[in-house]
Amino acid sequence: MPDGLDHSEPTPAQDAALAAAMLAVDPFGLGGAVLRGRSGGMQESWLAGLQELVPDGLVTHRLPTHATDDRLLGGLDLTATLAAGRPLVERGILARANEGILLVPSAERLTATTAAKIVGTMDTGEVRIERDGLAQQHATRFSVIALDEGIDDEKVPAALRDRLAFHLDLDPLGDRYETSGFAPEDIRDARARLSEMVWGDEAVSVLCNVALAFGIASFNAPILAMRAASCSAALRGSASDQDIANAARLVLAPRATVLPPMEDEEVQEQTQPERNESESDQEQRQPTDAELQDVVLAAAQAAIPPNLLARLLDKRSVRQRRDAAKGAGAEQQTVRRGRPAGTRRGTLRNGARLNVLETLRAAAPWQSLRAQSRTGSATASSRRIVVKPDDFRVRRLKEKRETVTVFVVDASGSTALHRLAEAKGAVELLLADCYVRRDQVALIAFGGRGTELLLPPTRSLTRARRRLADLPGGGGTPLADALEQAGVLAQAIKRKHQTPAVVLLTDGRPNLSRDGRKGREAAEADAVDAAGMLRHDGVAALLIDTSPRGEQSAMRIAEAVGAQYVALPHADAQSVSQEVRARLGN
Amino acid sequence: MRQIYPFTAIAGQDEMKLALILSAIDASIGGVLIFGDRGTGKSTAVRGLAGLLPPMRVVSGCRYHCDPRADRAACDEECRARASQGRLKSEYIPVPVVDLPLGATEDRVVGALDLERALSTGEKVFEAGLLARANRGFLYIDEVNLLEDHLVDLLLDVAASGENVVEREGLSVRHPARFVLIGSGNPEEGELRPQLLDRFGLSVDVNTPEDIETRVEVVRRRDRFERDPNSFVDEYHQEEEEMRKRIISARKRLKSIKTPDEQLAKAAELCIGVGTDGLRGELTLLRAARALAALEGRRSVKDEHLRRVAPCALRHRLRRNPLDEGSSTVRIDRTVEELFGA
Repeated sequence: MPDGLDHSEPTPAQDAALAAAMLAVDPFGLGGAVLRGRSGGMQESWLAGLQELVPDGLVTHRLPTHATDDRLLGGLDLTATLAAGRPLVERGILARANEGILLVPSAERLTATTAAKIVGTMDTGEVRIERDGLAQQHATRFSVIALDEGIDDEKVPAALRDRLAFHLDLDPLGDRYETSGFAPEDIRDARARLSEMVWGDEAVSVLCNVALAFGIASFNAPILAMRAASCSAALRGSASDQDIANAARLVLAPRATVLPPMEDEEVQEQTQPERNESESDQEQRQPTDAELQDVVLAAAQAAIPPNLLARLLDKRSVRQRRDAAKGAGAEQQTVRRGRPAGTRRGTLRNGARLNVLETLRAAAPWQSLRAQSRTGSATASSRRIVVKPDDFRVRRLKEKRETVTVFVVDASGSTALHRLAEAKGAVELLLADCYVRRDQVALIAFGGRGTELLLPPTRSLTRARRRLADLPGGGGTPLADALEQAGVLAQAIKRKHQTPAVVLLTDGRPNLSRDGRKGREAAEADAVDAAGMLRHDGVAALLIDTSPRGEQSAMRIAEAVGAQYVALPHADAQSVSQEVRARLGN
Repeated sequence: MRQIYPFTAIAGQDEMKLALILSAIDASIGGVLIFGDRGTGKSTAVRGLAGLLPPMRVVSGCRYHCDPRADRAACDEECRARASQGRLKSEYIPVPVVDLPLGATEDRVVGALDLERALSTGEKVFEAGLLARANRGFLYIDEVNLLEDHLVDLLLDVAASGENVVEREGLSVRHPARFVLIGSGNPEEGELRPQLLDRFGLSVDVNTPEDIETRVEVVRRRDRFERDPNSFVDEYHQEEEEMRKRIISARKRLKSIKTPDEQLAKAAELCIGVGTDGLRGELTLLRAARALAALEGRRSVKDEHLRRVAPCALRHRLRRNPLDEGSSTVRIDRTVEELFGA
């Protein structure tokens, strides 16, 4: 029996190879895989490994991250249309990828809208085009391989991740790819057996319970896990508990949002998941399937990467992010392209893009007339279409630059608890403003637990609010660190052609220097130093002093940031919000 | 052909199912907005609804599916002309549930000059769009919060007026476009503009059920459906038939449902109590309550009906802190309790 199927504690390499074999058995049912890793070489090796296994191979179609809708979904084929004199369709990538692999490089850069189109196609099994005067549908099914370079805070859109069975972290594999030991013949046999691998209620119940214990809300996860279990069983030749364990380990564990046992305190402190602790809990919950469930849970838990907690809490080191900033900084000076907002009559100057279809439409009613005046006869045989400058229709794009407001909230001990509550109140009101303007917000908090990016830029204010409400107070004041993170984030926002604005809520009394030592003076010097980045980039900023009487040091920091200074002398949240609106000019 | 997952086979999600059925009984309730987590069966429910609806009678050959009995709502171009020449031929077709795919362009939504005919024969012909196809049926927008704003505006305008007016490329066309708008989305991917919320009749928040039995049942049914769609659909044939009959008889009964003064007063009090703006909320509340009474075979609206539809008719109309999720349902529940007793 080849590797991976029956190991009680498989290595990450064996698991990655097993996932490839399972995907080879049911590439479309399992949806595909997210390959996370910094080395592109490993991703290629994995893909090559997959291709070797698939009996007839799968044609790979690359999806450019910024593919326009006509490339993605399909649209009017201009050359063919003009040649034929009637509208002809060009199929998009989603339709062409039928029965193949849709490879998405830099999937973390995919927009939610593009992801939604891919996901919609996967769910319905067809591409529907309602564009450019065309109404068509093409049946299609494909396996998505999303490459996640994983250096930035960006992630592959959740809707897409949800549909892909495997989320593989390839970094722990080093640089050598181990093959699974299966041959294409094994895969062919497994495919023939696949439909016979049926699971009873017990197996379904175990997978649902494990998913619940891991805090996975979506139903797609247990359903994909069921299919993965079937693939595992088909590879082996008969269904057993080991297949359920394999599925839980490969499909469910990487999706975990909480670690069983679900004791909050422990989740915060624990660095290494403990394996056997959950037994008593689980027994109480589901006595009948307890035994199997324990085996499955233990197997899955063992596969949880040790850095999961860090990832869950979104704590990434500042250094890592700085590298990311360097990587993509220089090249992006073009204007944000904007969203299409209809067409208008216009000339082709200033790089305006012609909307061919609308132009043809505008020209169409005049064709017989124009043909007459050209040839002098009413029955022109020429199929040529006469287009005049008057007919030109150009795409209208809305180029609203989006503002991302970064809230940097001081949750340290020196900000007394009721002041923190006030600050939270103020931020909530500001969030409400952002909601009306559809701005994005991000939230950085600093305090006893260090600096945390609580919320990367998002339009979901529900999430912002939740994160804010859960923010505990207390501890030291690592202001320098917080300013530095705010600066890095502001740069990242600029790179996306959005406008950052920073709102800093602090009492301006830092007591932790950047190297983590205590001491007020060094800490303040560091903070002033770190503030320089924001100032240098000319980021619009506002410092709200939350100290009881107003602090000199807070004013100094405001000056260093280049921020407007507002004292919050027992102000209510309402007035803070008004202040911010007035000062940031919104 | 792909089988559609039967509506009645959806486990749990009772509020969503009820809202969809009520909007099918009385189209004037004004559409449903479904917001919730990924993979909770939002799209499945809407597509399932299509299979559940009783077929409707239309004028043969009319691309707007005009109703042969209602000449006021008939389309200008064809059905009126045909009607003047004598009796219209009619036929039964399935109620259209039109899916608006993301990335649809405006010309396909509202309709435009038929390019092929214009280029090849020089004729100026209107090629109807999705709005025409959805007339007298449902228009479904998945991920409504990701749709471009100008399209959402356009759709809501048409949904409110019941008529699509096209003025482009020298065409001037006006055709009936009465449809029930159903939108779904995931709030984690961005919210819907607040001014749009209120234009949906009912709104439902779907959550992943926490209890394990329902979850297991959901997964088991989907697995069975995928393995053998045909026999799964057969299995639910009876239930689908029954639900269809209930909808048909509810529609017939709808006109005769009485709303006693007491319930009218309570509906008004309820709206004032939770603080909704405008009349739209109250109207929707009453319409939904009547549809529910009709579905349950009653002759008049009872307190219980108001109570059950209040959350989905009002939840999205409260003047509220937009960030304070959940609180609107709590507020409605509290007011309902005060008014009707716990």
